[in-house]
Amino acid sequence: MALIELFLVFLKIGAFTFGGGYAMLPLIQSEVERHGWLTQAEVVDFVAVSESTPGPLAVNMATFVGIRTGGVLGAIIATLGIVLPSFIIILIIAKCFEKYKKSKAVGGIMSGLKPAVVGMIGAAFISVAKTVFFPAGLSVSVFSSASFWVFLELFAVTTVLAFKKVHPIKIILLSAVIGLGAGYGLGL
Amino acid sequence: MNKNLDLFLTFMKIGAFTFGGGYAMIPLIQKEVCENKKWLNEKDITDIVAISESTPGPIAINAATFVGYKTSGFLGACMATIGVVLPSFLIISLISMILTQFQSIKVVHYAFMGIRAAVLALILKALWMMFKSVKKKKKPFSYAIMGLSLVLTAFLKIDAVFVIIGCGLFGLLWSILNRKEQSNGAD
Repeated sequence: MALIELFLVFLKIGAFTFGGGYAMLPLIQSEVERHGWLTQAEVVDFVAVSESTPGPLAVNMATFVGIRTGGVLGAIIATLGIVLPSFIIILIIAKCFEKYKKSKAVGGIMSGLKPAVVGMIGAAFISVAKTVFFPAGLSVSVFSSASFWVFLELFAVTTVLAFKKVHPIKIILLSAVIGLGAGYGLGL
Repeated sequence: MNKNLDLFLTFMKIGAFTFGGGYAMIPLIQKEVCENKKWLNEKDITDIVAISESTPGPIAINAATFVGYKTSGFLGACMATIGVVLPSFLIISLISMILTQFQSIKVVHYAFMGIRAAVLALILKALWMMFKSVKKKKKPFSYAIMGLSLVLTAFLKIDAVFVIIGCGLFGLLWSILNRKEQSNGAD
């Protein structure tokens, strides 16, 4: 039963992810939390792992959650689930591509989907921000803790680097070093 | 070499060297599939990008399936898709064992505390890039959908699946209504 559930959840994620990568985070977060597969912090950590390893976030996430819940068989089943919807849809479209490309209906649907994806990445940003800055929930006491201000500064620095097109792996390595320094330096 | 085996190996190479996923792999596909193997031409690559944008699923899977099918039919599609997935599958399987063992160690814990702030920055960058790609046309309509999907997903905790379906249908309806208005105006 657990394996079927694993397959169906990742089939659903694969079928409703447009715009790739971060747009799927709200869906992944709500699904893995509801099933108790990963915590919010673990999801954020895994995004970093995925950025530092080859392959799409969706596939990496499926393999990771699959192996944790159902071993190698679970990993295979979850990965199959996330790949199957795109695979089938592309096979269908490859046969009648010219028609599909010119279809006004597809154009109309996309004009609604593209901005929706932006809103969903915004939702992912808010939820990850909560995990980073308010790990124990929203409270005033957070603002008096040193770690909050360290992470705020680190976020500001890495944002500047990201917009200057520094490679994500370099940014992740740098932030790991600063995290270590802050952790031991402040005795968090 | 057997074409299916060649597809498998080529996409395994592409899968193993694409970091960050998504559009980062398009130049690599172009080089391998158009220049080296001459399976497809440049126009096909533009088509792949257009298709990937308007179909669900990771662009890597979409591209592999499309190229595999165009080059060698159904079996080609299977081989290319398995090839592109295999490297991440093996690497993540390995990492998951290591990560589970090391997560409790203090060093790793501190490092990831820092890394989370960086992930937030990367998401902000992605948010800005996507925002820029949308805002050019139909501004009020696009802004309304953006705000709506943000509020529904982040604050009202509506399932993302329903938000996607709803916004897609809304876009379709809107385009049909606009077309009718335009044709009425022409009469």
